[in-house]
Amino acid sequence: MEAADVPQENSATYGGHLKAVYARSGDGRLGLTQTCGWEAEETVTRQAVQMFEDLAAAALERARAGQSSPLEIHMYRARMDIALLAQASGFWRWQVRRHIRPAVFARLSKAHRARYAQALGIDPDQLDTVD
Amino acid sequence: MSAIVRHCGLPFSEPMAFGLSSALTFAFFPFIKLSGLPLVSYRMPPKTIIRGLQKPLRFSMRTETFRRPEDGAARLNKLLDAGQLVGLQVSVFWLPFMPPDFRFHFNAHNLLAYGRDETSGDYLLSDPVLEMPVRCSPADLAKARFARGLLAPKGLLYYPDRAPQEPAWERVIPAAIKKTARNMLRPPLPFIGVKGIARIARAFERLPAATAPQAAKLYIGHLVRMQEEIGTGGGGFRFMYAAFLEEAATLTARPALAELAVRLIEIGDLWREFALAAARMIRDRDPLDPGHLAVLLRAQAEHEKAFFTSLYKAVRSS
Repeated sequence: MEAADVPQENSATYGGHLKAVYARSGDGRLGLTQTCGWEAEETVTRQAVQMFEDLAAAALERARAGQSSPLEIHMYRARMDIALLAQASGFWRWQVRRHIRPAVFARLSKAHRARYAQALGIDPDQLDTVD
Repeated sequence: MSAIVRHCGLPFSEPMAFGLSSALTFAFFPFIKLSGLPLVSYRMPPKTIIRGLQKPLRFSMRTETFRRPEDGAARLNKLLDAGQLVGLQVSVFWLPFMPPDFRFHFNAHNLLAYGRDETSGDYLLSDPVLEMPVRCSPADLAKARFARGLLAPKGLLYYPDRAPQEPAWERVIPAAIKKTARNMLRPPLPFIGVKGIARIARAFERLPAATAPQAAKLYIGHLVRMQEEIGTGGGGFRFMYAAFLEEAATLTARPALAELAVRLIEIGDLWREFALAAARMIRDRDPLDPGHLAVLLRAQAEHEKAFFTSLYKAVRSS
């Protein structure tokens, strides 16, 4: 890639940062050039972010219908899935799946809630709120 | 990594660290999943780079992991107070200075800590992805260093305990290149190297484009993210390796390597074109056709096969 051809497409996903890429400068040597974004990269980054947003939105729907609990929503908001939340909290996967059920979630002990809050990086009190 | 070596007084570039540790690769492990998507990487894990440099530069890097976050923080503080530069493995998700859209649970990220703010206790860090030095509070850094999950960092930190020495370039560079070429052409497992690229092409062909287009798009997008979003340089680190070959050509007086660098830049450009074609399908600018992307991937496998064969030949005669 020539340094002059490095895309500068102002990706919103960069959050105002610049990134370094290797490209050939005028003298034919490879060096670092700054870029503020590339549309193709932005597309795939957005897509991955969107996937978790969609999952969280679907979980919210289910929670409102009484089929799920805020725990599932917080899990997707933290960009986690069941496997990762299980690893981060130290529970088994089946336990996480069970704790997501609204009836079980409502009865979670203080210690369990603290473990989930710690894994999700939020305050234990925030576990119940979803907005 | 390269900054640590430079700190010890040896001029050393990032591509050189990358090339000398034979970090370039392609790996596709369909059975290791992250959020339901396979593990794909265009480079070796960070530890390979750390360990790979020890032999050619005749120095040793101490790596330490910790069971308890408090121990990890205490050790880091002690090293920084002694004026040491310390490399850290962290999870990107817990770093507050990262742009929010980059914050995924990706554990194999590396940072360099070079000091502490005495009043606030914040750590002064240098992140290879961002252009400027950043700071991070002890609580956030502890979370990032002790994140759990796949490739959990366990607080890994590393620092040199003996200063690196200028190597005999004409010996160590060919050895490192040979290792990379061998790994690409005749890997120990069929998931690595040129065969790995062919294998992911096959996985693309089997994607359910008609029945579950969203799932297929996520799979395609995942590969492109691993190629472009992770690390420096784009093109799945092919450009960085080309920069290494260019430097190597001068250091070892082998002009053939500079010509090969040009060829690798072309291959990197083709990876970028693949990313563009994939992104267009994800955005519905082009009809979704994983089969076409598989054709591009097969072509990449062929290009890289030819390239690494020539590269191997170019350094064999020594």
